[in-house]
Amino acid sequence: MELSPIWLTLKLAAITTVLLLLIGLPLAWWLSKGRSIFKIIIEAIITMPLVLPPSVLGFYLLIAFSPQHGIGKWLLQAFNIQFVFSFQGLVLASVIYSMPFMIGPIKSALQQLPQSLAQASYTLGKTERQTFIHVLLPNIKPSLLTAIVLTFAHTLGEFGVVLMIGGNIPNVTRVASIAVYDSVENMDYAVANVYSLILFSITFIMVIGVFIFNKAHAKSPLE
Amino acid sequence: MIIIDIEKKLKAYSGQQWLKVKHDFTAGSITKIYGPSGAGKTTLLKIIAGLVEPEKGAITVNGTYWLNTDKGLSLSPQKRLVGFVFQNYALFPNMTVQQHLEYATDDTQWIQKLLSIGKLETFANSKPEYLSGGQQQRLAILRALAIKPKVLLMDEPFSALDPKMKATLIAELKLLFKELKATVLIVSHNPQELDGWCDGELEINGEK
Repeated sequence: MELSPIWLTLKLAAITTVLLLLIGLPLAWWLSKGRSIFKIIIEAIITMPLVLPPSVLGFYLLIAFSPQHGIGKWLLQAFNIQFVFSFQGLVLASVIYSMPFMIGPIKSALQQLPQSLAQASYTLGKTERQTFIHVLLPNIKPSLLTAIVLTFAHTLGEFGVVLMIGGNIPNVTRVASIAVYDSVENMDYAVANVYSLILFSITFIMVIGVFIFNKAHAKSPLE
Repeated sequence: MIIIDIEKKLKAYSGQQWLKVKHDFTAGSITKIYGPSGAGKTTLLKIIAGLVEPEKGAITVNGTYWLNTDKGLSLSPQKRLVGFVFQNYALFPNMTVQQHLEYATDDTQWIQKLLSIGKLETFANSKPEYLSGGQQQRLAILRALAIKPKVLLMDEPFSALDPKMKATLIAELKLLFKELKATVLIVSHNPQELDGWCDGELEINGEK
C-alpha cells in the first residue's frame, strides 16, 4: 500500500490552511466591519462552497482554468502555470472550497466582541491594525483555533472538487479521499479501510483537541 | 477651553429624539453631566472622543477644530487622544493590569504611580476576570489616565466603588487632574455623587 496519498493530503491541507489564514484574517476583519451591499455579495460568494455541490465548483474551476481557453490559456502562456491536473490546482480549489470554514468562525467571533474594546484601544492612540493584532485577535483565540482546525480537517476530506480539477494522478493529485474511492472501485477493501482509518483518526484527534482547548475558555450559562 | 455645539439624532423607542448640546467647558475644569437615561450623555462623550459622528455641529479644543461638519472635518479618535473611561470598563480580557497600562504608555514611573493611586500594585499581574468590579473600574480609570490626556471623559466612573474607596480615589484623582491640567467631563446618574468636587455641571435632556 502506498502512503503517498496520505502525505499528499496532509501537504495539501497544511498549505491550504496557511494560505487561508493569511487571506482569511484580513478578509474576516473587513467583513466584520459594517454591512454594505458589496460586503454582503462578497460574503455570499465566499459562502457558496458550503451549499454548492463540490462537483459544480470543481466543474467551473475546470472550465475556468482549462489550458485550452480563457484564463487557463493565458496563465500557461504568460507564466507557465497550469492549474488543471496539477497540485497547485488542488491548492487553488481547496482554498476556494474551504474558505467559508476559515472566514465564518473568525468573522462571527470578531462581531461578538464588544465594540467598546476597539474603541478603548483607539482612544489610547492605537491604529486599527495595532488594535486588531493586540486586542481583537488575542480575544478570539478559541474561534481562531476552531477555524484553523475546521479548514485543515475539511481539506483532508475533500473529494468532488479535487477529483474534478486534479483527477487521479499518483504522487501529484491522488489524495487520500480519491485513493479510498479508487481502492473500493478495485474491490480492495483492506487498503480502502487503512486510508479511511488514517483520515478518521487524524480528524478525530484534531476535533477532540479543539474541544478540549475550547472547553477551558467556555463557560456554561448555568454556572 | 472646549467649545461644543452639536446635534445628534438618537435612537429612541418612541419617535425621534435629538441630542442638542451647546456648551463651553473651561480648560482644567471638572464638569458633571447628568440627565435621564437615554438622553444621550454617553453619546455626547463618544462624540467628543471621535467615536460617534453627530449629524451637525462643531467641537473646538483650545482653538483647534476637532469636528466641523460644515467643512467635513472630523479628527480621528487617535488624533484627539482623549482619556475615556467606559461605562462597561471595556477592559482587554487578554491583558493583565500591568499590560493594560503598558499598552497605553512606555513611562514606567507613571505606570507605578497610577498603580499606587488605584491600589492595584498587588494585582499588577492579574487579568480582568480575576478582579472585583471595583478593581476593574479603577483599572479603567488608570488606563484612561495612562496617556496623560488633556481631555478626560468619564462615563459613570465610580458606580462600582465603595464609599471609602471612592473618597480616597477622588481626592487623589483631583490632584492628578491638576497635575495634568486636564479638562474633565464626568457623566453621573447620581446628582449628589460628585457634590463639592466639580466646578460646573451640564444637564442633558433628550429633545423630541
